Amino acid sequence: MDERKITGHREFSLKRFFFQWEWMLVLIFIIINIINSFLSPYYLNLRQLISTTATFLDKAFVVLPMTFVILLGDIDISVASTIALSSVIMGVLYNLGVPMAAAALICLVVSTLCGFFNGYLITRFKELSSVIITLSTSIIYRGIAYIILEDQAAGNFPSWFSFLGWGELGGIPLMLIAFAVFAVAFAILLHKTTFGRRVYAIGNNATASRFSGIQVDKIKIIIFTMVGFMCGVTSLFLTSRMGSTRPNVALGYELDIIAMVVLGGVSTAGGKGRIGGAILAVFVIGFLRYGLGLINVPSQLLLIIIGALLVTAVLISKIRMNVKKVRTVPSDIKQ
Amino acid sequence: MSDYILEMRGITKQFPGVTALDQVDFQLKRGEIHALIGENGAGKSTFIKIITGVHKPEAGEMYLDGQKVDFKSPREAQEHGIAAIYQHSTCYPDLSVTENIFIGHEKIQKGTKRLLWKEMHSKAQALLDELGAGFDSRAQMGTLSVAQQQIVEIAKALSTNARIIIMDEPTAALTRRESEELYRITEKLRENGTSIIFISHRLEDMYRLADRVTVFRDAKYIGTWNLSEVTNEQLIMAMVGRKITQMFPQRKSQIGEEVLAVENLRRIGYFEDISFTVHKGEIVTLTGLVGAGRSEVCQCIFGLEEYHGGRILLEGKEVKIDNPLKAMSLGIGYLPEDRQKQGLVLDWEIVKNISLSALDRYANKGWLNEELEAESALQLAQKVNVKTNSIFNPASSLSGGNQQKVIIAKLLNADLKLMILDEPTKGVDVGAKAAIYEIINDLTSQGYGVLMVSSEMPEVLGMSDKIIVMCEGRITAAFNKGEATQEAILEAAMKKHAAAGA
Repeated sequence: MDERKITGHREFSLKRFFFQWEWMLVLIFIIINIINSFLSPYYLNLRQLISTTATFLDKAFVVLPMTFVILLGDIDISVASTIALSSVIMGVLYNLGVPMAAAALICLVVSTLCGFFNGYLITRFKELSSVIITLSTSIIYRGIAYIILEDQAAGNFPSWFSFLGWGELGGIPLMLIAFAVFAVAFAILLHKTTFGRRVYAIGNNATASRFSGIQVDKIKIIIFTMVGFMCGVTSLFLTSRMGSTRPNVALGYELDIIAMVVLGGVSTAGGKGRIGGAILAVFVIGFLRYGLGLINVPSQLLLIIIGALLVTAVLISKIRMNVKKVRTVPSDIKQ
Repeated sequence: MSDYILEMRGITKQFPGVTALDQVDFQLKRGEIHALIGENGAGKSTFIKIITGVHKPEAGEMYLDGQKVDFKSPREAQEHGIAAIYQHSTCYPDLSVTENIFIGHEKIQKGTKRLLWKEMHSKAQALLDELGAGFDSRAQMGTLSVAQQQIVEIAKALSTNARIIIMDEPTAALTRRESEELYRITEKLRENGTSIIFISHRLEDMYRLADRVTVFRDAKYIGTWNLSEVTNEQLIMAMVGRKITQMFPQRKSQIGEEVLAVENLRRIGYFEDISFTVHKGEIVTLTGLVGAGRSEVCQCIFGLEEYHGGRILLEGKEVKIDNPLKAMSLGIGYLPEDRQKQGLVLDWEIVKNISLSALDRYANKGWLNEELEAESALQLAQKVNVKTNSIFNPASSLSGGNQQKVIIAKLLNADLKLMILDEPTKGVDVGAKAAIYEIINDLTSQGYGVLMVSSEMPEVLGMSDKIIVMCEGRITAAFNKGEATQEAILEAAMKKHAAAGA
């Protein structure tokens, strides 16, 4: 047969570079900001924009590991309950006289354990989907929070603790700085390391991954544990901003978080998407909410708008996928 | 009336960037079994899709009973009595056999639109009985074996009054015995006047069944022969466009010291009392019928499944292998049977597939070095001669044989002592087969021990230094190179079955 030369260099394709979902998100982001600036004359103020981020960044911490979970082809809907449980335990412990720093640490430990428990159950009972397992643990975690605090609130945190959620360093909210650090760390983990590559492999074909010596269960447990830890981080910032905690905090966060990841172009079928998209989506949804808040759009309507945006995003990415398929008919037509 | 029930003239089909069929002719006689052969990518599947109305050709004419036809949809082709049965049956596993047979053309009472279950069940049962199937039309589809599901597909074709039945690789997933059953049914269909187009990679299917054979190569029509008037060499030459002087390479490897020893290995419900050894440079083949426990033995050695008794020794030392990672670190590589599900991430680039099993080699403390990865993957791809123009093409763009080469390249990534190859040439065309045998031979001459699982008799006899026959989880015979005959192997493979039947 003919000797063909194989190249080992990737050709750079301008079309492929611009044919990425992230550009679409950038475009949506710009449009939202233009509209917002017409709605309020005070909007286009850099300081204002930056400090606005603190209003929606709390849940963004969980978006990062949730991207990994969805890349695996799994889902975790217990995150809001994990946030609530760890927040409530922290509040109660502090009110019982435990030093704030220790209580905050315990908050992180509790949430991390919640995540680990999810991961353990999911890998132990493979016949159950992660939706069912995390739905169950979601009810359990929230239930424990209610047992601990019933319908009360816990709080009166020391003033240094509120600095976490409200403080700024050089005009930049502490939360934004913390998010930037975590975002870079998670992006590197996903796109530059063997761990990230293995996550994509599992999401694309778990069987082939197992046959290739990848320890699928171990990676799953690590990722669900990471989700738990980041729920704890969110819990700290959220509790700090609110100044007190109740068993019903963070209600509905799981949907927002999953929506951000999906809008970011991460396929719920697993294996496809990048973390940059999810991070962009955090800001798209965040600013959209903020802008609509400026003109006093009722929150119910706001939900409808975000829902519509999500459906449109998923539809568009689906159409793009089909276009791609038509364009790249394989060189040997098999079927 | 024309001699031919189906005649195709000058069919051309283009896809963006590729010509899938180029001026192809084809004639099908009434009541004949006509084999259609060619390498992967020769255009067989596209051709079938044109006959069944899935694709529309850019040029060419199609005549049915001498009448020009032009199908606009698969449904129209079906109404003209053309049915196709595919390699992977396209069934609904949770529905009953009857529902599967009548799906899309259910019997309905006029007016009330009530489904006539009784009629459908009895008609389905009649079709099954006619085909000699030993199962009930009310059985759930998913509980049937692949072979039985194929019979259902045939019944489905007959229920639409098909006059032309196209079978695309029907024996690919069948055991020898099940294939025999399929041959019998196919011959019966011919007796009843149905015309059959039969596509297969197994040349033995063709010799056993077909009256005439048509060969496609590189999207072109090469020729049609009466099977009684053509030699094997001529056909292979027509298929690959060159002479394959030797299918199996001359083995020149030196058999060295022992690599693997398995002693009384047992997995409850799958196999027991399995003992054998593999030496450096040696090819040991496990053969037998599908389901004899061959793959399960290999999967235990690779740590995919656990075993309940016995020992595994690697270079004389006992090892406990409980996961694939451990197996790989000990120098065992495994090429799985199902390359698309178990071997590859199809959407991924070739380079990422090759590196997947040995990512740590291309990383420093977990940081991937993509340049090193690409460089090494390129070398490995060249070593096994993958036919592609870039290692950044997706694995799904390759033909079966080349996908298999990618998996072999992937195994070569690690420092191995023992290669386990589970059906390495399954569903691979003749040209690629010879290439894979050449690679396997290379491996043994480099001192690898090879443990192969194979059901293909010529391969078993042509490649092995030692042949171990399994039947129902036990070893029933072992032969050294040159001692084995096809008959002796078959007898050993069915030993238990015969005893049970007596």
